[in-house]
Amino acid sequence: MQAHECKSPNWHYCMNLNFSVGPSLQHRLALGLLLSVSLIIFDHKFNGFGTTRVYLNSLVSPLQYLANLPGELLSASATQLASHQQLLDENAQLTLQATLMSEELQRMTFLKEENNRLRRLLNSPTNVNIRKLVAELMAVDNNPYSHQIVVNKGTINGVFEGQPVLDESGVVGQIMQVSSTNSRVLLIADITHAIPVRVARNNVRLVATGSGSLDELHIQHVPHSADLQVGDLLLSSGLGKVFPEGYPVAEITSIVRDESRPFAVVRAKPIAQLDRLKYLLLLWTDEQELPEPEEIEQ
Amino acid sequence: MSFRSYAIALSLICALVLQIMPLPAFVDLYRPDWVLLVLCYWTLALPHRVNVGVAFINGLILDVLLGSSLGVHSFAMCVSIYVLAANYKRLRNYSLWQQAFVIGVISAFYNLIVFWLQHLLTDVYFLFTYMWPVVSSMILWPWLFWLLRKLRRQLRIS
Repeated sequence: MQAHECKSPNWHYCMNLNFSVGPSLQHRLALGLLLSVSLIIFDHKFNGFGTTRVYLNSLVSPLQYLANLPGELLSASATQLASHQQLLDENAQLTLQATLMSEELQRMTFLKEENNRLRRLLNSPTNVNIRKLVAELMAVDNNPYSHQIVVNKGTINGVFEGQPVLDESGVVGQIMQVSSTNSRVLLIADITHAIPVRVARNNVRLVATGSGSLDELHIQHVPHSADLQVGDLLLSSGLGKVFPEGYPVAEITSIVRDESRPFAVVRAKPIAQLDRLKYLLLLWTDEQELPEPEEIEQ
Repeated sequence: MSFRSYAIALSLICALVLQIMPLPAFVDLYRPDWVLLVLCYWTLALPHRVNVGVAFINGLILDVLLGSSLGVHSFAMCVSIYVLAANYKRLRNYSLWQQAFVIGVISAFYNLIVFWLQHLLTDVYFLFTYMWPVVSSMILWPWLFWLLRKLRRQLRIS
C-alpha cells in the first residue's frame, strides 16, 4: 500500500490525508469483489487455471513446509526417543511380515503369468504393469468443506493430475493439483468425488460418491432389487479410467430398502483409514505396455 | 529498520502458517481464523496501510493454500475487512470486550460467506461445527490485540 512517511505527531490527521490517496474504500471493495467473482467463475466453471495453479502452488509451498515443521520436529524427536527394545520388537514384527508377504508374492508372480496367458487365449488385454512410488503425508487441509491432503511428491517425481493414490489397505483418492515438489490429493470421501466400483462377490457395478464425512461413502442409484449385502467388499472397477481395476475401496455398512423411495439407500465405509494416513502409494499404469490385439494373434 | 518495514507482512505470514498448520482433528474444529484476526488488527490500527487490497491478496493466498476455488476466501475477506475499515474510528473507541464481540460477528459473517460460496459451487451442507472458529476467534482477540499492539508500539509502525 502507500508507504507515506508521517512525521506529524497528530497521526490521525496524517492518516486521513493518506487515506485519500488512491481509490476510495468503496471502489477498492468493488474491485476486490469483481476480481473475486470473476476468479471464481473462471476457476470453477471453466477450470481455467490448469497450469497457473501449478505455479501458484509451488509459490506457496514454502509456507506449507514451514507449517509442517513443528510436526516434523515432534515426530523426529519421537524417533530419537524410541527405546532399543521397541525398535527390536518392531524389527522382529516387520521381518515376520516381510516373510509372509514374500511367500504371497512368489505365488502372485506365478498367478499373474498364468492369468496373462489365459487372457491372451481369450484375446482380451492382459493386465498392465503398475509402477509405484511411496509418498508421505505433508499436510491435511483444515478446510471443513472439502477433504484434501497434501503429499510430498510433485511434478519432478512425475506426478500428474488424476493419478490414483492408495495406502496399504485401499484406495485413498486421486491427485487433484500438482506443484513442483508437492501435490494435493482429493480423498474419496470428498463430496465432489465419485469412484466407479464393483462388488467383489458378484461384480454388480456401482458408483460410490463421497459424503463429506471421512468414514462414509454413499452408493447412489441402487435399484431395490440389486443383490447387495451388508459387509460386501467394493473393488475399484477401472471403468472411469482413473483408478486401476481391483483395489479395495469400501465395505457396505447399511442398506435401507424403503420402497417409497426410488432407490435403495446404501452406505459404505472406506477401507483405507482416511483420518490416519501417513504413507501413501502413487500409481502409474503403463498403458503403453498394453499389447495391441494384432500383436497377440501373431 | 528492515524488520520494521516488513513487520506487517511477517505477522501476516505467521498467521497464514498458523492457519494451515496440521493439527489433530478434534483441535482442528476450534482453530481460530488467524489470518482474519491479524488483518482485523492492522485494519483497525493502520487503515491507510492495510485494508481491502491486502485482504484480497491474503484471501487469494488462502485459497491456494486451502485448495478451494480461487476467489472464495478473497471475496469473504474483502467484505469482512471492508466492514471494519469503514467503521474503524468507531470500533477503536470500543472496549476490548466489545471489540471481541464485534470481531466475533465479523468472523461469523466471514465463515458464512465462505460457506455460502462453497455451497453455491459444490453441494456442501451446513454443520454447526463449522461455526466453532467464531467462538475461538472471539476468545483469542483480546490477547492477539495486546500482542500486536505491543509489536506496533515497540517498532513504531505507522
